[in-house]
Amino acid sequence: MTEIQAGTEGAAGAAATAPAPDSPPVPAIELAGVVKEYLAHGEVVQAVKGITMTISEGEFFSLLGPSGCGKTTTMRMIAGFEDPSRGTVRLHGQDVTDVPPNKRDVNMVFQSYALFPHMNVWENVAFGLRRKKVAAAEIKRRVGEMLEIVDLTGREKRRPREMSGGQQQRVALARALVNNPRALLLDEPLGALDLKLRQAMQIELKRIQREVGITFVYVTHDQSEALTMSDRIAVMNDGLVEQLAAPREIYERPATAFVAGFIGTSNLLGGTVDRVASGCAVLRAGDEGRILVAGDAHRAGDDVTVTVRPEKITISAEEPGGEVSAVRGTVSEVVYLGLYNSYAVRLADGAEITVFQQNALDSTSTAERGEAVWLSWQPRHSYAIGS
Amino acid sequence: MKRLTPYLLILPGGMWLLIFLVVPMVFMASVSTQEGDIVNGFVQTFNVSVYGEALAQYRTQFLRSVGYGLVATVVSVAMAYPMAYWIAFRGGARKSTYLLLVLLPFFVSFVLRTISWKFLLADDGLLLSPLKSTGLLPDDFHILQTTTAVIGGLVYNYLPFMILPIYVALERVDPRVIEAAQDLYASKREAFAKIVLPLSLPGVFAGVLMTFVPMTADYVNAGILGGPANTMIGNIIQIEYLTNQDYPVASALSFTLMAAMLIGIFAYARALGTENVLEAAAR
Ligand SMILES: Nc1ncnc2c1ncn2[C@@H]1O[C@H](COP(=O)(O)OP(=O)(O)OP(=O)(O)O)[C@@H](O)[C@H]1O
Ligand SMILES: [Mg+2]
Repeated sequence: MTEIQAGTEGAAGAAATAPAPDSPPVPAIELAGVVKEYLAHGEVVQAVKGITMTISEGEFFSLLGPSGCGKTTTMRMIAGFEDPSRGTVRLHGQDVTDVPPNKRDVNMVFQSYALFPHMNVWENVAFGLRRKKVAAAEIKRRVGEMLEIVDLTGREKRRPREMSGGQQQRVALARALVNNPRALLLDEPLGALDLKLRQAMQIELKRIQREVGITFVYVTHDQSEALTMSDRIAVMNDGLVEQLAAPREIYERPATAFVAGFIGTSNLLGGTVDRVASGCAVLRAGDEGRILVAGDAHRAGDDVTVTVRPEKITISAEEPGGEVSAVRGTVSEVVYLGLYNSYAVRLADGAEITVFQQNALDSTSTAERGEAVWLSWQPRHSYAIGS
Repeated sequence: MKRLTPYLLILPGGMWLLIFLVVPMVFMASVSTQEGDIVNGFVQTFNVSVYGEALAQYRTQFLRSVGYGLVATVVSVAMAYPMAYWIAFRGGARKSTYLLLVLLPFFVSFVLRTISWKFLLADDGLLLSPLKSTGLLPDDFHILQTTTAVIGGLVYNYLPFMILPIYVALERVDPRVIEAAQDLYASKREAFAKIVLPLSLPGVFAGVLMTFVPMTADYVNAGILGGPANTMIGNIIQIEYLTNQDYPVASALSFTLMAAMLIGIFAYARALGTENVLEAAAR
């Protein structure tokens, strides 16, 4: 693979139109109160129930959520294939709600690639430039450079059906990127690839995005993919955005129970606030347990649900002292996972807590199945979530 | 057993074609080079001059048939394509109903349908008599016994054979591919010209094959809807066989027609082979 040439133009173009430093930058994509309703068998189905969000220039932005939550529909409204039932779509500050897709300066990589079956690789990639009436010599140069970037030089004459899934995926990417769009929309572009190829393409996509510097809106239902690649993630559920934040924030501070459950493994615990002391709310959990939540958002008597990531919890045989959360339970399962062990600990109220413990050499915190143990964690690792 | 399977699969169809196509053709080829008449019997003399003589005698009808076939094919494509397009992309849940409607005429016999056209289009028939009595058309206006009537009948009778293959080709075009073209700055018209049309050309190609050949060889439409000036080669062959009982001439004409069709089709396939067409469209 070679250093990128063709795409730098897009970045330069974006820089040239960037506003003066004192005015706030114009976001690449803005959705305001966007709703999409379909009429299916006489019934109104709300695929998207009201999304308002802003995607910045040059950002790697992911839409993450389970199947059927409205990711593709949202994407198709940005690209212009669907008209929102309500709300507006703005691209670089311009209202494009009624602009057809061929007049929008964004390009899409389809979930199924949608390559032109009667054209070879070169013609597929050149399609957009030809429609824009770019000079033949320049088309030749840019298509050549783009094919080099996606490592398909020498395969120009192949038809899509004569290529592997990974190669087709790269043609689809090249076909969109060669136009230097101001934003690239990718709908689960790696969904059809096997794990190894997918990981290689993830790195590749991220590299290309860094080099061309254009906004990527990336749809996926794979949480690890979203976490490793994105600058920010919108976690969607049932037509709504549940949380929009940086990956770390989403992982460490899930805003809702859905996000906590969808992203990684996470434990949900609940209790009633007993007292508030020294910047901590103390919840009673069971007869002997306590949960400490950092912050002063809670009053005595509130019912609060918190999430704790499995790797933040320590297992011990003795009751831990100090300003930490501590609950009692019985180890119901131990799974050896190489770098760490995964424990399932059942609490008195029946809740099951997952705990990851790193396998250090001098590991003191090992427990056997059936053993009664204490679980503890720092107050700042308890995150109270909205109900 | 495994190795025999492919042969067993083609056996029934193969036998059918052998008995009902190849055998009569060999027989006809032999008849075409015989001499004699129906009373005294025909004798094999390997006389091939009958080919040149028959062709010279019926040159007009030959050319007329090809001309009618070409015009009727072009008209059929022009009428069938929009219809197939509409059913494939706008048919929604009722696609199969519309297809059934297209096929509905097949439930009535070919000859009967053509005769009903004759009633409709007659000089004092359902269509013309009201127009004439109200003075919209002159009294001596007529449709029957004209080229228009024959070509109209041909188009009517063979149209479903054009619609179906085009429909099948259009139905297979992935709507995402059309969207991808629009995403890549193609207008609706360009997306049609660059994507939909080329991808449906194999269907048009098949439709042309399935209609041009039988339309050119047709004799029912010219016989029922046409006049003496519209006689096609199919009518001549019929007359030579059944009326004149000049079997060698009839056989020679049949063979000439078949050879002309085969050559024409191969030339057409070569010139307009789907691959070539697709390559041209990809530009
Ligand atoms: N054309 C349509 N007519 C009716 N309902 C639709 C239509 N398109 C989508 N839907 C519905 O809208 C919801 C969201 O669909 P969408 O394709 O956006 O999901 P998604 O998040 O992309 O899912 P996946 O991960 O499976 O691709 C689904 O419940 C779907 O059934
Ligand atoms: Mg989808």
